[in-house]
Amino acid sequence: MKPIRIGTGAGFSGDRIGPAVDLARDGALDFLVFECLAERTIALAQIDRLRNPAAGYDRHLERRMRAVLPDCHRNGTRIITNMGAANPEEAARKTAEIVAELGLPLKVASVSGDDVLDRIGACALDETGQPAAALGDRLVSANAYLGAGGIVQALNRGADIVICGRVADPSLFVAAMVHAFGWSLDDHHMIGKATVVGHLMECGPQVTGGYFADPGVKDVPDLATVGYPIAEVAQDGSCVITKLPGSGGLVSRATCIEQLLYELHDPAQYFQPDVIADFSSVDFQEIGPNRVAVTGGSGTPATGYYKVSVGARDGWIGQGEISYAGPGAVARARLAGQITTERLRPFSNRIEDMRTDIIGLDAILPGSGTAPDPRDVRLRVAARCTDSEAAQAVADEVEGLYLSGPAGGGGVTTQLREVIGIRSAYLAAADVPISVQIVGEPA
Amino acid sequence: MKLHDIAHGRTGDKGTTSNISIIAYHPEDWPKIEANVTADRVAAIFGPGVKVTRYTLPHLCAMNFVVENALKGGVTRSVAIDAHGKGLVYAVLELSL
Repeated sequence: MKPIRIGTGAGFSGDRIGPAVDLARDGALDFLVFECLAERTIALAQIDRLRNPAAGYDRHLERRMRAVLPDCHRNGTRIITNMGAANPEEAARKTAEIVAELGLPLKVASVSGDDVLDRIGACALDETGQPAAALGDRLVSANAYLGAGGIVQALNRGADIVICGRVADPSLFVAAMVHAFGWSLDDHHMIGKATVVGHLMECGPQVTGGYFADPGVKDVPDLATVGYPIAEVAQDGSCVITKLPGSGGLVSRATCIEQLLYELHDPAQYFQPDVIADFSSVDFQEIGPNRVAVTGGSGTPATGYYKVSVGARDGWIGQGEISYAGPGAVARARLAGQITTERLRPFSNRIEDMRTDIIGLDAILPGSGTAPDPRDVRLRVAARCTDSEAAQAVADEVEGLYLSGPAGGGGVTTQLREVIGIRSAYLAAADVPISVQIVGEPA
Repeated sequence: MKLHDIAHGRTGDKGTTSNISIIAYHPEDWPKIEANVTADRVAAIFGPGVKVTRYTLPHLCAMNFVVENALKGGVTRSVAIDAHGKGLVYAVLELSL
């Protein structure tokens, strides 16, 4: 069997859409994957769904589908995505509506079962050791990281578009390979290799020159037009990572090594719902311009437990920023931080965590640098509070610096947002049944 | 010499844990990096309260630091401006060799 071609059309919900359109049109793809769910996204989507039962899926779903569907149909490219977020069934129904409107004969499937909110109460949270139920009415979501199984079922039943909620990111890709090559999900070696491919691909342009450029030491050509990645995977699990000819960016041994280690802990034990993948033998070889061959990779049986992301309301963050420039800018910003802290003292029992940073000097990296004072800096005060009133006070006190702060303070911005904290728990896979539904067909 | 002159890397995040890869541009620099860029030196950058584990992949001239509790409160609850710690690799690349 000839190699299959899998493209990544998005590596996060807010990702750019143009490169996905390019891949759909010119990539000669068998599969186009959109990975759009970060740790917190699904909890926010769950809150949307509580307000409106027809909501809770990715807010860019419609725009993305309309942008790529005609080309995907023309080229026989099937779509796999977790844009279903907290409501895969409704996302599939909406997509089927768009498909019908465009007059395309495409089958849309949803994969659900990841929502385990009704079963999570007794499970201990990793961070606190307490059962999830102890969060009381602050608990808003619990979603298990499913494996590739449900998506494979949907593809085997002929779905052209598969929409799921929380599925481990690499599994979106593993499913395409398992379906195309007929591998068994119990073939740990092949699933381990497939997980390597999925892991390299799941962040889209992070393997083709995005999140990489460092002028003078790590230059990337034409980053403005960076092409999103294509994996050419062969039946034996070997793979070439590349991108569209004429697109910007870079696929090199260095971009691939950086992405291999991204969000990884022990390279020999990458815990996934499908497998414990072993990346320690993975190697890369540049075989042509922007073509890197991937070899190695293996796996051992999965633990039989799914990781669960537990979302809970966790207070409010209020923040504000103000700029100071010219001689003494840093001293004025420091003074502004001190008096803001002092003015917030009446709220101290409602402030759980607070920090003041001087942007341009010490806001990002731990410890203190040795750089000379910059010409302008920006004070930032941020606090996580028990309630929105206290958080608003933080923003208000920064704004108050206009008139009651040090000289020359300008350009205030403020922000207030509710915090949805994410914690982890584990559930036995046997307690997480998966349901696959094709829109318009009986379950 | 700064580590940035001879190595590159990137930061990833999971919960309160940050992982930082460090990769030699040239294989001949790998022994120097392996000997000097230790878990203890990385832990010292972050100060008390973190636990650092180093994994090495010599055939890729690469190492991966797992820094537990680097992201205070975790990405979703942190009051830091860079809550993901995307820039943290540059604190390691700043090291003098």
